[in-house]
Amino acid sequence: MKRIYLDYAATTPVHTEVFRAMEPYFTKYFGNASTIYYYGRESKKAIEEAREAFARLLGADQSEVIFTSGGTESDNHAIKGVAYANKNKGNHIITSKLEHHAVLETCHFLEKEGFKVTYLPVGADGLLNLEDLKSAITDKTILISIMAANNEIGVLQPVAEIGEIAREKKILFHTDAVQMFGSLPVDVEKMNIDLLSVSAHKIYGPKGIGGLFIRKGTKIVSYMHGGEQEKRRRAGTENVAGIVGFGKACEIAARDMEKEIKRISRLRDLFISDLLKKIPEVKLNGSLVKRLPNNVNVSVKYIEGESMILNLDMEGICASSGSACTSGSLEPSHVLRALGLSHELSHGSVRFTLGKYTTKEDMDAVLLKFSEIVDRLRKLSPLYKSEKKGECNCDGTCGG
Amino acid sequence: MESYSNKVMEHFKNPRNVGDMEKPDGIGHVGNPVCGDIMELYIKVKDNIITDAKFKTFGCGAAIATSSMVTEIVKGKTLEEALKVTNQSVVDALDGLPKVKLHCSVLAEQALKRAVDDYLKKTTGKGLGLPEEDAGHQCMHELPEELK
Ligand SMILES: Cc1ncc(COP(=O)(O)O)c(C=O)c1O
Repeated sequence: MKRIYLDYAATTPVHTEVFRAMEPYFTKYFGNASTIYYYGRESKKAIEEAREAFARLLGADQSEVIFTSGGTESDNHAIKGVAYANKNKGNHIITSKLEHHAVLETCHFLEKEGFKVTYLPVGADGLLNLEDLKSAITDKTILISIMAANNEIGVLQPVAEIGEIAREKKILFHTDAVQMFGSLPVDVEKMNIDLLSVSAHKIYGPKGIGGLFIRKGTKIVSYMHGGEQEKRRRAGTENVAGIVGFGKACEIAARDMEKEIKRISRLRDLFISDLLKKIPEVKLNGSLVKRLPNNVNVSVKYIEGESMILNLDMEGICASSGSACTSGSLEPSHVLRALGLSHELSHGSVRFTLGKYTTKEDMDAVLLKFSEIVDRLRKLSPLYKSEKKGECNCDGTCGG
Repeated sequence: MESYSNKVMEHFKNPRNVGDMEKPDGIGHVGNPVCGDIMELYIKVKDNIITDAKFKTFGCGAAIATSSMVTEIVKGKTLEEALKVTNQSVVDALDGLPKVKLHCSVLAEQALKRAVDDYLKKTTGKGLGLPEEDAGHQCMHELPEELK
């Protein structure tokens, strides 16, 4: 069966150039980068080259970036590290309701440690209101952590404006840029960013490796204690092959970005408009304009997400859903709920995220299959019937 | 999540007894959109025997498969036998369900009970004395004790 992968926001395949660049660092250049002989020097050199590629893609200096095990670790390191290091200044952190669990759960943990956290709401389009941010700031605020791009709905927050506000108030600003890095330009100088998290496996690099930008002079506690690696900020023998792969992925992203933004956003726009035309009672979630080039997230009225995903999978199409049933948790996506979506519409969401290997033919095929699936599931749905007759009697939460 | 059994996938792909029923003798409606599952079960009864059953379901793969299975199980049963169908018998017939999906089998059992209840109320004026379905009810994702 031909498979069509449309879950690039979950993870991406390792680019063949990346894979090839990594290979020698498993067997040939296996040295521990902390040693001074030949093998160690080769590893060290490779790490520093990767660091340069990573820093360049952020507009940062090489001395300001470290390698981590991925987005989750970077978020944990940034938020806990800043919170503990700046305890004497204050105990207040501002974040948003849309954040990835890596940020939200870290903040919940810090609340138990005595920190106060404000979770800013967002509008129906998923965008943060800067006035809300300004009025949440107190003289105890030590950190603002707002994601650059959301993983579910692809909404882009006004990062540069947030950075300006933070800078003016002398508050540190962290952004989870895991979804934005590599697919849109990021500049930590222009955007006034103090800390920024990224992950390699979202940009055609390997899993289990990522990075954290920490602006020079930022007060932060180390995450891993041990050896001297990463200037003592993150101890532990480096994952050299992973770092090399990450560096290569950064290079490729920088090289192809402009072209890919154009190509992918064109495919996305066409797909969204065709989808909304072809299938009645479908709603796009999140702002249409402030959006990652590759993200499509829709709620389909009257039917549930997991049954759509399973049906798509039967047709060889890989996508995901914010329905509770696909996450194994009890609640539908906190992101969709934060947009004010009803439970029914939150359960009925599907996310298609496009990538390097997505073609127009793929998207046309998906549209066709998807509309058949929606028809089939709606025929199974008791909500479809009762709402069609205008006698929705199931407690007013329907469709609302 | 644990994955679905082949039987569940088979019923999900080809659900039996889907759709509306002309003049059903009993209707069971359970679940609500907050929880993400709604089942509607329709039965025809003749001489105390369930001669036909159909369903419509809003929900995940397990919700659709359990609905399909319960309609299969119940056809040809007397009302008394139908009331003895438990969620476990639906789970067993499907070769098991992932733990997080067991609540779907509970919904299927309840939909059946309510359909019988509805039939009894209509024909004898006296139902099974089931509690009113509470519109603001708690989702049943919390498993009943015996399923834990
Ligand atoms: C926005 C965001 N932050 C953090 C992460 C976690 O990254 P990782 O999987 O590298 O730990 C992800 C990906 O799952 C993400 O999408």
